[in-house]
Amino acid sequence: MLAPLDREPDPSGRAWELAVRVAVLFAIDPAGLGGVRVRAHAGPVRDAWLAMLKDLMGERAWVRVPQSVTDERLLGGLDLPATLSAGRPVSQTGLLATVDGGVLVLSMAERISRATAARITQTMDNAQVVVERDGIRQQSSTHFGVVALDEATPEDDGLPEALCDRMAFDIDLRSISPRFIETAMASRSEIDTARERLEAIEMQESMIDALCSAAMALGVSSLRACSFALFAARACAAFDANECCSEDDAQIAAALVLAPRATQLPHDDEVEQDDESSESQQSPEQNDAPSPLSEQQAMEDRVLDAAQAAIPSNLLATLLSGIKPIRSAGRSGSFSNAGAHGRPIGSRRSNNPRGRRLHLVDTLRAAAPWQRLRRALSGSPAPNARVLVRSEDFHVTRIRQRSASVTVFVVDASGSSAMHRLAEVKGAIEMLLAECYVRRDQVALVAFRGRQAELLLPPTRSLTAARRRLSGLPGGGGTPLASALAVTASLVDSLSRRGQSPLVVLLTDGRANVALDGSGGRERAQHEAMQSAQQLALVQVPSLLIDTSPKPQQEAATLARAMRASYLPLPYAGSAQLAQTVRLASGGESRTAR
Amino acid sequence: MAVFPLSAIVGQDEMKAAMLAAAVDPGIGGVLVLGDRGTGKSTAVRALAALLPKMRAVEQCVYGCDPAAGTPSCESCAPKKATGVPKSLLKPVPVVDLPLGATEDRVVGALDLERALSQGIKAFEPGLLARANRGFLYIDEVNLLEDHLVDLLIDVAASGENLVEREGLSIRHPARFVLVGSGNPEEGELRPQLLDRFGLAVDVTTPTDLKLRIEIVKRRDAFERAPQQFVEAWQKEDDKIRRRIVAARKRLPEVEVPDEALTRAAQLCMQLGTDGLRGELALIRASRALAAYEGDREVGDEHLRRMAAPALRHRLRRNPLDESGSGTRVHRAVDEVFTQTA
Repeated sequence: MLAPLDREPDPSGRAWELAVRVAVLFAIDPAGLGGVRVRAHAGPVRDAWLAMLKDLMGERAWVRVPQSVTDERLLGGLDLPATLSAGRPVSQTGLLATVDGGVLVLSMAERISRATAARITQTMDNAQVVVERDGIRQQSSTHFGVVALDEATPEDDGLPEALCDRMAFDIDLRSISPRFIETAMASRSEIDTARERLEAIEMQESMIDALCSAAMALGVSSLRACSFALFAARACAAFDANECCSEDDAQIAAALVLAPRATQLPHDDEVEQDDESSESQQSPEQNDAPSPLSEQQAMEDRVLDAAQAAIPSNLLATLLSGIKPIRSAGRSGSFSNAGAHGRPIGSRRSNNPRGRRLHLVDTLRAAAPWQRLRRALSGSPAPNARVLVRSEDFHVTRIRQRSASVTVFVVDASGSSAMHRLAEVKGAIEMLLAECYVRRDQVALVAFRGRQAELLLPPTRSLTAARRRLSGLPGGGGTPLASALAVTASLVDSLSRRGQSPLVVLLTDGRANVALDGSGGRERAQHEAMQSAQQLALVQVPSLLIDTSPKPQQEAATLARAMRASYLPLPYAGSAQLAQTVRLASGGESRTAR
Repeated sequence: MAVFPLSAIVGQDEMKAAMLAAAVDPGIGGVLVLGDRGTGKSTAVRALAALLPKMRAVEQCVYGCDPAAGTPSCESCAPKKATGVPKSLLKPVPVVDLPLGATEDRVVGALDLERALSQGIKAFEPGLLARANRGFLYIDEVNLLEDHLVDLLIDVAASGENLVEREGLSIRHPARFVLVGSGNPEEGELRPQLLDRFGLAVDVTTPTDLKLRIEIVKRRDAFERAPQQFVEAWQKEDDKIRRRIVAARKRLPEVEVPDEALTRAAQLCMQLGTDGLRGELALIRASRALAAYEGDREVGDEHLRRMAAPALRHRLRRNPLDESGSGTRVHRAVDEVFTQTA
């Protein structure tokens, strides 16, 4: 049976124990629990976990999907080889339909395009695949769970939020040493019995209340998370052969499903308020015997405690410092992941398809009406050919190569003019984004102040995401210019690798006074800044330095030369002026290449 | 497959009101639902689809033409109508999903590959737009739809007619549908032209009230564990809604729009600086549909107030420096206009 959550002294052993528990619960009800996000590098630990899950799943489907999967394979559609040999349309089943009842394993899920993720989540929501492709119309019902293998490094985009929202579990195997890997805690037959029991498991209303309140207290806003917690508790109970969910089951569910999603620690004042309200609801002749209400309260507290104890320590640190962890929301930059390859956007006729991608379906369509005529005329040069295709039938795929431009604002938020400068940049960003849906461009923001620089707004073209991030931007403090340029260089590097064209707009007076390691000292800071600037120059992206000091400074001009940026003194740059400058600077790159 | 009943959806009043208004008067021109993940956007669309009253359609017409409609609507129905009233049957209102990853040929229709290859016959195989005629076309994750499909939709949604010129085919068929889209604004912005095709736009947010949240989770859970029973338990409530839609459609032509209401709508649009007249028209039509649904004889302030945000929020000029959402801006204007004249 699943042991209650005891505190294993060694964090690594405990992490593995959690991972095993997740595998067991997920194997019992993959479709109900949606999925598991597995944060791990490729290696023995991840392999062991996957092997264990696969073993628990038994004969059920296990389908691995590469990150570059095409719609044809994923959704299904026309089976071309079969169509050509049969001389009539033959359809093929896609991976999303094949996986029915089993597990869909997404390799390198952090690189999956938003478009692909949306196809998967849509199928999960509707429990059926709808294919409307290449003359084929198909509907097949499918229920499956997802295992998303996430190898994201901080510079990566991370998993699409829409997918994360539909997976109950989130486990981190990175800290586990291979020597902690032990054999599974459950056998396949135990899982099978648990599956059979699952449907009959009852759940008290008070348990649902407790899990919902715990979610609320931890700042988990998604209601799907609450539903997943219920499903996880039921799977627990089924595994323990209970008829009804016990409090332990609810605690385990809260720890596994709710804790990784926490965005805040429970407020003490909220707890107090709850106490007051429950007191006021209680009957006046209150005595020491536990009334049902306070019993409920106590249970809710215990469920919440269990969840709180399971919050990963790094998350805890960010929560305590009051900074919300940067989630992957709003990184719609990955939408154009197709990058240099581009997305197919239909086809056109071409007699000479050499070097292009032949659009087979449209070629067939073009050939189809002539079959009878050609057969009659040709005197059958190739008697075995079912379909007679001529060069005039050839259609090639039109591909849109999107080299979306990403404007990276790097803003000096230090010193006294910080607030003003930030406000203007904020305005400019929003103005640029408001035009973005026409040009499909993106904007990112790196701000630097105090000890180091921070990527405040990852590349996005969503106004909504930008607004949320930009509200309440702090200002003041030292000028860690070197750190800012280093952060920018790594961001710009990863953007250009993805086939996007970044433009760097740096707003500063060029006077650094904080070195890379966070220590003060103008001279060293300045020296390091120049070094970072030269490194940025190596990445070779168009950049623009806007000198924002009241009187244009020598330092800024030197810095601009070091990073091979155009230098533009704009002492009182306003939002509109900034936006206009960027428009001019990016003009060449921003157009969509066809 | 069982569908979550509309009457069992907790809260989200604005979304429900907008969808019901579109069900009463398809001329309003579609509903766009934008909001947080997991707020039941697509649940609500499917729920509405499940309870719509059936419609009368010409037998064996792929476009589901209305036998009573005066003008000849499609090629197959025109000759039938010329010789009298064609045979008809009652069938469910089509609610057609436009899945992501659909290809252009399946959306607009194309040469029937099977018949062309095997029999050498040049025949038109109607696409999703044909099937959606007189019904609803639903696009989940509308902001992730490929650009070239968006272009197609923009054209057809405005003209109510699908023109196919491909593979030697030249076909024109009716494609009048209520466009329903849903999506999460964080996935990216919508093209303004597409935005404009939606008569109403609603914002949905995850409820923050604990009691409400618990109720939602409980109902969702009950549905998933025993869908059939759950649907049966809510059948009566859903039937009520269906009857109200039927009654509202009958009543709709008689609902009056007094001059005061017209003035109010105009003032509101002026105050907000919405582009063109479309906002005003959408507001009036939606308010009239709401009045009909509520059983009222004329459009009053209450109806205008409730429909102002859905009818106008997506038609405001963007003001990048205004932090508040467009919904808040509309509500602010409503309060100003309605207190001025009250």
